[in-house]
Amino acid sequence: MPISESDIEKIAQLAHLEITDDERRMFAPQIAEIVTYVEQLKEIDTGAVAPALGGLTQEGERTESSRADETQASLGQKVALDQAPDPAAGHFRVPKVLS
Amino acid sequence: MTTIAETIERLARGETSAHAEVEAALNAAEKHNDNLNAFLEIDRAGALKRAEAIDRKRKAGETPALPGLDGIPIAIKDNICVRGMQTSCGSRILGPYKPPYNATAIDRLLDAGAVIIGKTNCDEFAMGSSNENSAFGPVKNPWDTARVPGGSSGGSAAAVAAGIVPVALGSDTGGSVRQPASLCGVIGVKPTYGRVSRYGLVAFGSSLDQIGVFAQTAADAAAVLQVIAGRDTHDATTADVPVPDYIGETEKNIAGLRLGVSRTLLGEGLDAEVRDAVEKAIDSYRALGAEIVDVELPHAKYAIAVYYIIATAEASSNLARYDGVRYGFRAEEAPALREMYRKTRDEGFGPEVKRRIMLGTYVLSAGYYDAYYLKAQKVRTLIKNDFARAFAKCDAVLTPTAPSPAFRFGEKVDDPLAMYLNDIYTVTANLAGIPGISVPCGLSSEGLPIGLQLLGPYWSEGLLFRLAHAYQQANPLNARPKVHA
Repeated sequence: MPISESDIEKIAQLAHLEITDDERRMFAPQIAEIVTYVEQLKEIDTGAVAPALGGLTQEGERTESSRADETQASLGQKVALDQAPDPAAGHFRVPKVLS
Repeated sequence: MTTIAETIERLARGETSAHAEVEAALNAAEKHNDNLNAFLEIDRAGALKRAEAIDRKRKAGETPALPGLDGIPIAIKDNICVRGMQTSCGSRILGPYKPPYNATAIDRLLDAGAVIIGKTNCDEFAMGSSNENSAFGPVKNPWDTARVPGGSSGGSAAAVAAGIVPVALGSDTGGSVRQPASLCGVIGVKPTYGRVSRYGLVAFGSSLDQIGVFAQTAADAAAVLQVIAGRDTHDATTADVPVPDYIGETEKNIAGLRLGVSRTLLGEGLDAEVRDAVEKAIDSYRALGAEIVDVELPHAKYAIAVYYIIATAEASSNLARYDGVRYGFRAEEAPALREMYRKTRDEGFGPEVKRRIMLGTYVLSAGYYDAYYLKAQKVRTLIKNDFARAFAKCDAVLTPTAPSPAFRFGEKVDDPLAMYLNDIYTVTANLAGIPGISVPCGLSSEGLPIGLQLLGPYWSEGLLFRLAHAYQQANPLNARPKVHA
């Protein structure tokens, strides 16, 4: 499957990645090669096959995963903000949303 | 080489102390780090303090909450959260991030008296098969420092291979414990999906990830899995399945067990010396009383294609959280939020992580979901069914772990697809959710370790330890790596 440099730019936009011209030139043929490789799956008839979504083991599927609806201690504001790049007045501060 | 059981006995007899064991591990870790780059953080002060506390408790007759690892030093891959230490995942985007909580596996290790000496280097976000994707430089293979240790848990594999620690934790999404174990000549176990809690393991591919164990011996690996396995309400994917006596299982005889071998998997693309070593291992198992039966895994050849759709799709979603807002790195001089996200992720992620995020974004993007992701999940069902059919004929399947011994740095770094093919024998276990173990099975003519892989049905870790132990007893790897404590 041909993947152009403009396709790479579009994918990068979707993934919130800023990539350089060099990266775009490097990634286009590499990702095209990988996509061509994974397209070999097309040769398999999966018309009657269910996808393996969800748990992988029957035991895992059967395991009750909900817990009692009881409050539990949380990290707390100080610890939660401790490693934020730009904490301010109990908040995570970010640059302006509208440019 | 001293096993955990021997060290525990010596500790009980007062012939050594937790302090002495931990200090020896710290000294070795520090001494070899310039050369191996296996550790991203070594916690000398914290580890010694904890060892002293363990010695005091032992003298006072107190026993730990869980048995098995009291006073044993251990190393932890830097994508598993340990409170007070860094968790960088080998990435600039997390850098010196210090998680405010312990992973469940870590809490259990601490309850059992293990002493964490440091965090080990790995491919960025566990994406890689050579360690060349770490933002902090690659780990070197202790057998030959011009060669890769495998990946992504290369630091943990090298630390155990070099005799720095008896055991270490890693994570295995497509072979990231078993492949470096093979390349470094140690045991590496990937448990059944749902066997070990992933709470506190930084997510990569959530339907594939499992925490795994490195050790010199199957019995030591069993001792660690014994502690960390089991249901955890913090991880909904852990299954309510009793944890057997793994150490007891390890000692059992293997006579009469049926080992499945796929001749197709020993064919094209496999290094001749690896093939010879695995054939010899098959002969050894036969001599030990195992029955060898032919099995076929007809969809195994599609496993890499399936894996690089599912793993990248899940990674693109999991790694969306790194946005420079709540923790970790934020790019400077971004005038608005969207630019800040993009610059942060551009400067914070390395090329392989970007490549996989983009591939995952592509296969999930509008119009492509059915053709790629859904198709891959259907072929994944066929791979699961292949194993179900094989396990009707045999107790475990034997394959090589990796297609070749350790390769040289730079050899595959510019060819992502060639690098991905290193995982050809290991990814099937993650796709099917079954457990696997890599066991050293000799050295190449260049003196590099070769590994065999045993794959078992769900929850058969005990059986895999038993098979690995029997092989190791009959075929001890007497050689030592060049870099050794």
